[in-house]
Amino acid sequence: MAEIRVERLHKEFQGFVAVQNSSFVVEDRSFFVMLGPSGCGKTTTLRMIAGLELPTDGRILLDGKDVTFKRASGRDIAFVFQLFALYPHMNVRRNIAFPLVSMGMKRAEVKTRVEEAARILRITDLLDRPVSGLSGGDRQRVALGRAIVRRPMAFMMDEPLGALDSELRDVMCGELRGLHDRLKATTVYVTHDQTEAMSLGDKIAVMSHGVIEQLGTPREVYDRPASVFVADFIGSPPMNLLTFNDSLEPGRGSVRVGQAEIGIPAPREALTKRDLILGVRPEHVRLSDGARLRGEVFGTEYLGTTQIVTITTAHGMAKARLAANLKVSIGDAVGLEFRPDRISLFDAGTGQAIRTALYDHAQAVEHAHV
Amino acid sequence: MSVVPSPRPFSESSPLTRRIAAVVVVFYAVFTILPLAWIGATAFKSQADAIAYPPKVFFTPTLEGFVDLFTVQTHQSRDFIAKLPPPQTWYEKIARDRDMVIAGPSRVVERFLNSLIIGFGSTILATFLGTLAAYGFSRFRVPLADDLLFFILSTRMMPPIAVAVPIYMMYRWLGLYDTRIGMILLYTAVNVSLAVWLLKGFIDEIPREYEEAALVDGYTRLQAFRKVVLPQAVTGIAATAIFCLIFSWNEYAFNLLLTSSDAQTMPPFIPFIIGEGGQNWPAVAAATTLFLLPIVIFTIALRKHLLRGITFGAVRK
Repeated sequence: MAEIRVERLHKEFQGFVAVQNSSFVVEDRSFFVMLGPSGCGKTTTLRMIAGLELPTDGRILLDGKDVTFKRASGRDIAFVFQLFALYPHMNVRRNIAFPLVSMGMKRAEVKTRVEEAARILRITDLLDRPVSGLSGGDRQRVALGRAIVRRPMAFMMDEPLGALDSELRDVMCGELRGLHDRLKATTVYVTHDQTEAMSLGDKIAVMSHGVIEQLGTPREVYDRPASVFVADFIGSPPMNLLTFNDSLEPGRGSVRVGQAEIGIPAPREALTKRDLILGVRPEHVRLSDGARLRGEVFGTEYLGTTQIVTITTAHGMAKARLAANLKVSIGDAVGLEFRPDRISLFDAGTGQAIRTALYDHAQAVEHAHV
Repeated sequence: MSVVPSPRPFSESSPLTRRIAAVVVVFYAVFTILPLAWIGATAFKSQADAIAYPPKVFFTPTLEGFVDLFTVQTHQSRDFIAKLPPPQTWYEKIARDRDMVIAGPSRVVERFLNSLIIGFGSTILATFLGTLAAYGFSRFRVPLADDLLFFILSTRMMPPIAVAVPIYMMYRWLGLYDTRIGMILLYTAVNVSLAVWLLKGFIDEIPREYEEAALVDGYTRLQAFRKVVLPQAVTGIAATAIFCLIFSWNEYAFNLLLTSSDAQTMPPFIPFIIGEGGQNWPAVAAATTLFLLPIVIFTIALRKHLLRGITFGAVRK
């Protein structure tokens, strides 16, 4: 097992910047998730760590050793592909044994190791079957078996659950986390699914356009988004973003959104009057007849225990997660109240979060990219 | 082997349609195979039966054609033959019965060997080079790849015989005239363009992830190619090999022009099998029958792959 250190990693494809000066550290034995929409550079970063792609600039250190230009076969990293890439001309046993054979391991030991991996993944009864007849979940387990059998320094996983249907995805998600807890293997996991990222990751790197927008624990990323992009990407529905124009002073615990004075966590910096964005999670929005911030109900979405109510305001659309039994009809005029200590503020010009009391203990408000 | 009924027929068709289809297929099969059957039959006819009119469907089979094909004979008077010691072998007897004396073996075995060496040699070489080139074009960013591929294809745009004279002069100068190696190189050059294009299609369809998986599993690029790509490209390689072999096996014009004796193959040889008083049709038919065999055997051996191959990987999972 090993720590992975990525320094100023940069990758261009014929003028297109796929990854821009990314630096981060994947701690030994941790589960690191790279999350972002397609084309954000997460897979390219993963492939560079694995040695399937060479960076234009920057360094990759694996267990303290520079492997930036080392060939993939020499890095001792296992890779799980989205479509599993099980060799169709080999059966399950030979698929799992394939990495061991390249090491020139003795047959008896190969057999023991393959069977051990199969036992961990509970696929012992599949060992002598061809891979073509396997179900999605079993293919996934075989692919994992091929990865763990070698006991590599680190695992790279490129959307390994992307090809599975949603029910199976939940099951495999649990299995993956269980496997990691047991093996404690350094893992870098790429996905565009925030639920997967939240439930699997020790740390999440949220990426956009080749840049890491925020790097933090799932809790940090959700509660203290470092930028408008992260606020809008994480959460379902995502954070409400209301635009307004005001100035900020460290002493003043509120902002003026239109007619309404809204309480916020104490700002830690002073800003002159400018366009700002107020971010608040739907679960921190309440309807209150007396509130000065007014809106009109645009639609409701019933979810069983809760309902999502969409409200149009002069500052943008807002969604509120409310108790399911609350009666709300389309067209109702309502007032909005926010939980003041959970509000995020962003500079509309830069899209970056403004330091407030809420962010006091956050590590990653500063740009993750250097 | 038991026949397992397929769970789902390809199409729901009525028994009548299927019966009509069967009749059409059988008729077409007979129509196609008739000339070949006639050649096969002619090989076992006597010269008189071969040119009899109306054509004979029933006849007494004889090996005259094969004896004529494999030997050189001279016509002698009855008196001369009577003075000779009695024939030692069955084929001498067949010849003597027609007032012929065997003077020695003909060159057919040599021609046939040339066909095998040149045909299979160029097929193996073209398929080998084609596979490597196709893999390169498919997997690596080759500068000017599209132009190079077009250039490779363009070698087939002109009828090959249009360049026959320059090639003839070049071969004379290089000392490749009438050599097996010369013919192998020429057929390889013609076939390799076909091989590259066919195989590139096949290799393009093999997902890169397989090799990448092998690379991170500790294999070099070449090992990954050998252990992961090749086994999956076997269908395409077999189909390509058959196409290449059919071309080089049947090629007539270049061989006629570029060989005189040592490297002559069967196609230019067969038309010049001439017997007493004109074309010796049973001997020609015997040669043609033998000539067909290797290709038939090769195709049958690879037919499992060919069937999947000609659909160009469309049935891949």
